[in-house]
Amino acid sequence: MRVTIDKSRCIAAGQCVLNAPFVFDQGEEDGIVILLKEDPPPEQEEHTRRAARLCPAEAIKLHD
Amino acid sequence: MARVVIVGASVAGVGVANELRRLGHAGEILLVDGQDHLPYDRPPLSKAVLLGEEADAGLPFHEAAHYAGIGVELVLGRAAVSLDAATRTITLADGTRLRGDAVVIASGARARRFPAGLAEGPVWTIRDLADAHALRRQLRPGMRLAVVGGGFVGAEVASSARKLGLEVAVFEAAPLPFLRILGPTVAAELAALHEGAGVALRCGITVDRISRHGAAQRLHLSDGGSEEADLVVAGLGCLPNVEWLEGSGLPLVNGVVCDAFGRTGVDGIFAAGDAAAWFSPLAGRHERHEHWTAAREQARIVAAAIAGTEATAWEAFVPYFWSDLHGRRVQVLGDTAGAEEVSFAHRDEARGAFLVEYRHGGRIVGVAGCNAGARTMRYLAQLAPAAAEAA
Repeated sequence: MRVTIDKSRCIAAGQCVLNAPFVFDQGEEDGIVILLKEDPPPEQEEHTRRAARLCPAEAIKLHD
Repeated sequence: MARVVIVGASVAGVGVANELRRLGHAGEILLVDGQDHLPYDRPPLSKAVLLGEEADAGLPFHEAAHYAGIGVELVLGRAAVSLDAATRTITLADGTRLRGDAVVIASGARARRFPAGLAEGPVWTIRDLADAHALRRQLRPGMRLAVVGGGFVGAEVASSARKLGLEVAVFEAAPLPFLRILGPTVAAELAALHEGAGVALRCGITVDRISRHGAAQRLHLSDGGSEEADLVVAGLGCLPNVEWLEGSGLPLVNGVVCDAFGRTGVDGIFAAGDAAAWFSPLAGRHERHEHWTAAREQARIVAAAIAGTEATAWEAFVPYFWSDLHGRRVQVLGDTAGAEEVSFAHRDEARGAFLVEYRHGGRIVGVAGCNAGARTMRYLAQLAPAAAEAA
């Protein structure tokens, strides 16, 4: 699985960090998404999928 | 296969279409809007669009190819003018009739205007892209701008105008802007932000009428005084677009009255977003929400109801909104109105950052942060344990 993010769509709602904290972080000041792992390990895939599904801004794209 | 007609192509409407496809809905989806633009996001209107930075603002939700790719038919430039609830048939401005097996009302809201009879000159509002473009053309460095209403739209217009070099005064009826929703501690912080940026904040005062004064306008104030301005913008909140539903038989009380799944009580007819007043099981009443994330969450719940799948319940949603004021990012999470206890959890003057916790009965019920994005959103887990579990 490969992950890409669209920072221009991000609204800093924090669902990604809540659901997949090893894959995503947020900017200290603006809260905008920071991608920690472009290729999450298999044990993080389910969390990453949930993060992508729950991102209200649809700013996370998964490429299987 | 079921055909879904969605009226309104903003956050809620586009969200329903996307979620339906994600959930595997195979029937036709029609997305109707009176505006002739590719569906676009509104938060940048009072920020990037006014600043002339529209190209980078991520304004359209998606390119046209996205809708073609997932099989969503855009019906743009023709507003819905009526609904026959019994047959779930929408009539458009040109007389076209669209029947749906499910109909989603996401017709949004419009800016509340300054009473026309009380203003001789133009009073601008900002809600649609056309409004933002029209206002942008008016803004010139050195002009005097008066903003009537100190809410977030007014505050963002003030912030953008200062950045463009206008002189700005904000007139707010309450003792401070944001007092009711954020309480005195954070309201004072945000007032200080305005003042630090050179905005003249006039609180506890209303604008009774506006007269022409040469090429300028004169605002007549409730304290008997007056102020002159070259441009006047009203930020007086918004009203739900539900007039087109009068006569449909749907219950309309400050929006389309719905249960906590967006169901109107008429089979197959749903409502979401600014036009909808959903039942809140926690508050025990119907409430209309005007925030981006509430509209997006309602879209998720309505799509699941149409597709017949499970979704996290509306009561598990943690309210969230953000604003960009004078170069700072403000974020508010949870329920901050009417908290018993308000205290600073973090403060970093050098970064212009603070974080305030709101407690009720000893429990944290909300937070408000400024330039503290990561820190603020870390509270999501404790504010939404139920949501995190159920998703």
